[in-house]
Amino acid sequence: MDSILNVTRRHFLEKASLGLGALAMSSFDMSSGPNGSSGIIPHFAPKAKRIIYMFQAGGPSQLEMFDYKPELERLHKQELPESVSMGKRVTDFTAAEPKPMVKSFTGFNQYGKNGTWISDLLPYTSGIADDICVVKSMHTDAINHDPALSFFQTGSQQSGRPSIGSWLSYGLGSINENLPTFSVLLSKGSGRTDGAQPLQSRLWGSGFLQSLHQGVQFRSGKDPVLFLNNPSGISQMNRRGVLDHLKLLNQKYLEKEGNPEVFSRIAQYEMAYRMQSSVPETMDISQEPDSIFEMYGPESRIPGSYAANCLLARRLAERDVRFIQLYHQGWDQHDHLPDHLTKQSRDIDQPSAALVKDLKQRGLLDDTLVIWGGEFGRTNYCQGKLTDDNYGRDHHPYCFTMWMAGGGIKPGISYGETDELGYNIIKDPVHVHDFQATLLHLMGLDHEKFTFKHQGRRFRLTDVHGHVVKDILV
Amino acid sequence: MFVKRMLSLITNIYQMVSDRTRCALTFICLAAPLIISCDSNEQNNFSQALPEVVDFNFHIKPILSDRCYACHGPDVNARKADLRLDDEDFAYNLLDTLEDIFVIKPGDLEKSELFKRIISEDAEQKMPPPESNLSLSNYEIALLKKWIEQGAEWKPHWSFIRPEKSPPPKVKLTDWPKNSIDYFVLDRLEELKVKSSVKATKEKLLRRLSFDLTGLPPDLETIDAFLADDSSDAFEKLADKYLASEAFGERMATEWIDLARYAETNGIHHDLERNMWPWRDWVIKAFNENMSYDQFVTWQLAGDLFPDPTYKQQLATAFNRNNRTTQECGAHDEEFRVSYVIDRTNTFGKAFMGLTVECAQCHDHKYDPISQKNYYQLSAFFNQVPEKGVTESFAKNIHHNQQSAPYLELPEEEVASIRNIINEQVKAEYSNGSTQDKDSLYLDNWKEEMEAMVQPVMIMKEKDTLRPTYILERGLYDSHGELVSFGTPESISDFGPDLPRNRLGLAQWLFNPENPLTARVVVNRYWQMIFGRGLVNTPDDFGSQGELPTHPALLDWLAVDFMESGWDVKKLLKTMVASATYQQASKTDNAALAFDPENRWLSRGTQQRLTAEMLRDQALAMSGLMNKQIGGPSVKPYQPEGLWTQISSGGRYKRKYMVAQGKDRYRRSLYTYWKRIQPPPAMSIFDAASRNQCTVKRQSTNTPLQALVLLNDPQFVEASEALGYRMMKEGGNNSKQRIEYAFRWATSRKPDMEELNILESLFNDELDEFRKYPERAEEFLHIGEFNGQENVDIPEFAAYGVVANAIINLSESLQKN
Repeated sequence: MDSILNVTRRHFLEKASLGLGALAMSSFDMSSGPNGSSGIIPHFAPKAKRIIYMFQAGGPSQLEMFDYKPELERLHKQELPESVSMGKRVTDFTAAEPKPMVKSFTGFNQYGKNGTWISDLLPYTSGIADDICVVKSMHTDAINHDPALSFFQTGSQQSGRPSIGSWLSYGLGSINENLPTFSVLLSKGSGRTDGAQPLQSRLWGSGFLQSLHQGVQFRSGKDPVLFLNNPSGISQMNRRGVLDHLKLLNQKYLEKEGNPEVFSRIAQYEMAYRMQSSVPETMDISQEPDSIFEMYGPESRIPGSYAANCLLARRLAERDVRFIQLYHQGWDQHDHLPDHLTKQSRDIDQPSAALVKDLKQRGLLDDTLVIWGGEFGRTNYCQGKLTDDNYGRDHHPYCFTMWMAGGGIKPGISYGETDELGYNIIKDPVHVHDFQATLLHLMGLDHEKFTFKHQGRRFRLTDVHGHVVKDILV
Repeated sequence: MFVKRMLSLITNIYQMVSDRTRCALTFICLAAPLIISCDSNEQNNFSQALPEVVDFNFHIKPILSDRCYACHGPDVNARKADLRLDDEDFAYNLLDTLEDIFVIKPGDLEKSELFKRIISEDAEQKMPPPESNLSLSNYEIALLKKWIEQGAEWKPHWSFIRPEKSPPPKVKLTDWPKNSIDYFVLDRLEELKVKSSVKATKEKLLRRLSFDLTGLPPDLETIDAFLADDSSDAFEKLADKYLASEAFGERMATEWIDLARYAETNGIHHDLERNMWPWRDWVIKAFNENMSYDQFVTWQLAGDLFPDPTYKQQLATAFNRNNRTTQECGAHDEEFRVSYVIDRTNTFGKAFMGLTVECAQCHDHKYDPISQKNYYQLSAFFNQVPEKGVTESFAKNIHHNQQSAPYLELPEEEVASIRNIINEQVKAEYSNGSTQDKDSLYLDNWKEEMEAMVQPVMIMKEKDTLRPTYILERGLYDSHGELVSFGTPESISDFGPDLPRNRLGLAQWLFNPENPLTARVVVNRYWQMIFGRGLVNTPDDFGSQGELPTHPALLDWLAVDFMESGWDVKKLLKTMVASATYQQASKTDNAALAFDPENRWLSRGTQQRLTAEMLRDQALAMSGLMNKQIGGPSVKPYQPEGLWTQISSGGRYKRKYMVAQGKDRYRRSLYTYWKRIQPPPAMSIFDAASRNQCTVKRQSTNTPLQALVLLNDPQFVEASEALGYRMMKEGGNNSKQRIEYAFRWATSRKPDMEELNILESLFNDELDEFRKYPERAEEFLHIGEFNGQENVDIPEFAAYGVVANAIINLSESLQKN
């Protein structure tokens, strides 16, 4: 009942004219508990209107990509000193194994006005050094993929909490008319393929928030949103005819039974009909100029690739989709790191950089927060056999790197430092909850006030932790 | 044009809401003496009448709990200023001897520090403090004031007091009640000066009853027979028939597997297969045999602990092995093993005690008298399983199956027959020219997935030696605190010294008549199933932060009656559906909606969208496609391609969804294969539970994606074709009769002239279209496997298919009214 009482005219019109989630708010289904959007007006002026989060699932190695550690070259193959590991927990893969430290197989250089260190694996990313903020001092609580992914996306290692996109859909509603508030795009990496770690659809689930806030997966191929296409043989004209007749019957039913749910159902059928044209229109990249494909790289013409998804992310951002989540798999380099990481980096380097540049040239970067990063980092010691041209790295939650750009983030800086062996953070640690608090802050939400009451408890994305990292804000 | 249409629609919706907002305010004013303010709005300062007598449980406790207990409640570590407001012994304490100031002094606001603090303007003094982001509305302050003025009477928490059966109240309208339920409901309605609704039409009642008790729509013969039966007990006979049908067990099991978090895969990381369907079949059977609820639950909690347990008693305990498990290499065994114990403890709390015990995992419960020690004492019962955290397969002929000990072998004859079926399917898939996938890795992996279905079932057992249980500091698996022994929260009822110190003892504690929660919780859940909304609207929280019962005396009457009946589930449901309350028409108008939008006071029948399972099963039943086989391994009906491959691991863990062949596509939705990392999308879109953890209440949303499923999902399109065909073969000779045939399947009633004309005009439009483009008709009719299309006019058949789909999509078809 709260939400109904809170609905002011302006607020409701705002919501009702908006997208998927918001429309469904009119379902009036109050028997199902807290309804639709929160009705929270941003706590303060937002810096970002929308987010593109390019999640690198599996745990990319910071030591070969961003966190340059020349000291490891000197200590290559030497056992990790206990004074550094300090008895911190490691995975059962390597708990009882020797831990020879291993240098990066790639070279590093400094780029941009502030000399941001970026590895040779990322020639395109180095070209946007002045646009991004590289955070080298990320740390997390979880050491295995499944809980670590959940922790990043939902603030809890256990399943059942809403994901970031769902929180934002709930808190801020939609800002577009024809597309879902929270869209998800998946791609497979070309690095580790055999035994690569999986994803879970609950990572874009809405947990205890209403399911209308869940992420809608956009797929390559002929059904970009599940069940979007009419059955073969049924034209849009047929469909229009069916909907018009249905509407007459439903209105009659409404008059007879007085069930307000029917109002909403009629509206949802119309919304579905509109999505049948708005989604394919968004997904159709055939009209993009060659220059754009060149910018995102040759893979951007291959549907379902990371590059194509980056291009689609821009198109979704242009259409004001609130939260656009990409997942790129294959970053779990326990072994064959040099080979697999080279391939993975090639997957993401050019398209990620192109996305930032493309948003910038369209004036969208200012109010779009772009995020790149995985669920944890990788150890400074080798897992498995260490040879001259081959090694692997285990999961490492105590330090790893992410980068962010646009939407209120200070461009061209590096933030946080790790020790000279790249094992522990020595300056400005950023915990996952800090990252989440900062993300909400940029969207105009105070992470301590942004709550949802479920089973008698006020839940937050940041649980009872988190600080906004003010130093990286404009 | 669409924009215009949308706009007018939105305006309509807006007007609706604003009316309801206004009226909702009125409603609260009127109902103030009764309304429960536990979901009260913190920002809300509108004036409303105070109740004549302020009741602690109904008015005061919800405020104290929600705004004060976080710092002044049961959690000893979070408690500030040594002050607690959750305990009668402390809430009236003397604070200042000189000034004669108390926390609360009955009848004396001046001497009550609590009141002084909540009205203070001084930020240092004010409670709740501003930094807590909590506040009290003027109304809530007024309530507290009046309560203190009236003597500040304390009462124990309602759900922790043993329920008693009070005689049904006296009512004025003595000819309305059919059974005891109605006296309690009518008493409230008369108090509120609200009229009950007329009895629902026979058609509506029949459809409602059929879905409630079997999860299926009534067939046309049943409709005809019921309409023709004028006897006074016609409805009762029908209810008995449904309760005795095998579909009843399937309906009940569908509810139960949400609660039991049943699925076919382990749910974490690679999400490989397990084999739990024999347990699911046992559940169906138990419901059909009307096993008493206490026995039903006792077997599931502790069947293995009976002397010489039978096969079935052991099988029942698979309930507590349904939790998610991992096989991720590198994961810590103990960390995950502990997480399974935690899951079972939380499930026990939610499903059987109706409490959020999981809140006490890291610290004392903030709102309810459940200490962290209580939590781990409870967990000790589930901590004695000789199991691994990172599971190791015991399976034969199979490399990556994720079952782990302890387990139960299936009876040989059962395995043999299923293995035959599987072998045939595998052989067909390998040799079939039209094999769904040529990639042999997928095929080999799929073979393993199939093989899982004859593997032993994971069950519960006790370790030979006792595993010590500790309080886990901050809930961390390796932070051992105090050593604890078996126990239950003493605030609910003592764990008697004579009870065995194991799960069997726990079950006995649960079903001891002294336990104030067990019967209330289950009776409430079944009330929710039948009426759409629990008497307690938070079926998972009967604690301080949960909602209060709308009809406390009725809840208690039902709970005690249920126990007295010997925990007879069928009798309980029969009592509910036989009531006049249940049989009311569901029709509403703006005034009724404004007064009671959620139908808390039960002045009308329930309007509810059908569940995911019911919607699909209805389409299968109407179309005649349904395969009614009961039980057996789960099956894979249509699902869009690529969902599993896109999300699953690589290599030997790759999984591809292979759509079942033949009639396995048309089993009831209860049997649909549930892969946890990618559940069947059409089910999730209609709010099916995730099956990752115990769920006792589903959401009910209304979204555009739902429209897309019903209009375009091949499952529903094929059912529409089949129904179109059936209309032509069984529906009569002309389009009107045929439309009426399908319409009756969908709604149980005949369409009126106007409805018939609208659908006929749709039929004619479609027929014209398909005559013009016969190739489209052909295309449309080639969706799915259905082929009955001999000797029929193809454009006509397709036109009926489209009309059938429209009928499936009617708002009325999607509802239970």
